[in-house]
Amino acid sequence: MFRLRDREMSRAILDKLEKMNLKLTLMHVCGTHQDTLIRFGLDTEFKRVGVDIRQGPGCPVCVTTPREIEEILALSRAGLTIAVFGDVMKVPGQRGCLNDAKAEGADVRVVFGVDDAIALARRIQKEVVFMGIGFETTAPTTASALLAEPPPNFSVLSCHRTVPPALDAIAQMGEIRLDGMIEPGHVSTIIGTKPYEFLSKRYHIPQVVAGFEPLDLLMGVYMLASQVRDGKAEVQNEYSRVVHTEGNISALKAMREAFEPTDVDWRGFPVIKKSGLEIRKKLEDYDARRRYEDILSPVHEKQFREAEGCRCGEMLRGILTSQECPLFAKKCTPANPIGPCMVSREGSCYISYRYLKK
Amino acid sequence: MCLAVPAEIKSIDGFNATVDYGGVSRSANISLVDAKVGDFVIVHAGYAIQVLDREEAEKTLELFRQLLAQEPSGA
Ligand code: SF4
Repeated sequence: MFRLRDREMSRAILDKLEKMNLKLTLMHVCGTHQDTLIRFGLDTEFKRVGVDIRQGPGCPVCVTTPREIEEILALSRAGLTIAVFGDVMKVPGQRGCLNDAKAEGADVRVVFGVDDAIALARRIQKEVVFMGIGFETTAPTTASALLAEPPPNFSVLSCHRTVPPALDAIAQMGEIRLDGMIEPGHVSTIIGTKPYEFLSKRYHIPQVVAGFEPLDLLMGVYMLASQVRDGKAEVQNEYSRVVHTEGNISALKAMREAFEPTDVDWRGFPVIKKSGLEIRKKLEDYDARRRYEDILSPVHEKQFREAEGCRCGEMLRGILTSQECPLFAKKCTPANPIGPCMVSREGSCYISYRYLKK
Repeated sequence: MCLAVPAEIKSIDGFNATVDYGGVSRSANISLVDAKVGDFVIVHAGYAIQVLDREEAEKTLELFRQLLAQEPSGA
């Protein structure tokens, strides 16, 4: 049900695009969009009709900075119980990854969501730190859990970030000329379509919120191409079956109550104003950064760099593709990843490796 | 972290729902949405984040059909 994969219709949209004689560079910011693009071979089809689609900073684990990875590693090595999404386990730090910390005796558990971490904290006596990673899709789940009186031995290392400020940064940096943006469907179920409007106004850039089925992406690209042809720059919504203009009001409310926007850097980016979500003062007991300041301050005093030779930063800014990284599929593979883009299932190197290498 | 497939709500107990992904059953927290049994929801990291609007889903398909029925208007 709701599987939009009709071949004939796909063909028809591609034919239409071909007739438009396009030369467009578009960006999306979502691991699931990247998965659909590569899995169904759509990226090749799009290139054939003159549309080049880049993945921008749309993989939450990938944009997490080396500093944040060191923070969670330090907390794990200090004897706390760590609850993380599986995608974080293999992200390399200066001295090994969480998997290595676990092998050395640290208590690191993989969870599917914040509720699992809370259930774990209720089950065991030890202090549990949940690494809150993700954009506006995941942030409200953490917020909602924080507001529902979690147990006192639970806290969150918030690495949550919000998408629109990053899109602004990409447009402002101007390293890549973008003819349009494909906005992430599920982030948009939460924030709605309004937070994108300033981009179209400020940079005259067409935008379409799109779903994740092949036809959603085909249609999204067609809508963008039509805007370009007509000289328009507005926010259109292809994914109206789940995205409403005003977003998910209860989720937005929970986010506002639990978090405060803060300036934070992203992997590959300088500090982006108001793009991070810090736990509000009234919930400070649950804020791992405040609670474990003594463990974390040595980490905060240091500077961390990306792994030597890893080009994740450029990939996240959309100026490079996985195959252009000299280490791709040679020194860097999912079994032996050099950077987070090869670790996360939402990372473009991982996705390219998975579908193209085999 | 992100399953894009909508799941159907089979039963609800407070904020907890049992949802079905075409045969695979999982539990989901529904505190962020206003949903009832029989609704399709998008689940992310264990939380339902939005209810799928079936009418809009139909409309989307209809829109696709209409657009494609038009004459190509490109260069
Ligand atoms: S292939 Fe590996 S080293 Fe190259 S950018 Fe991707 S993650 Fe980094």
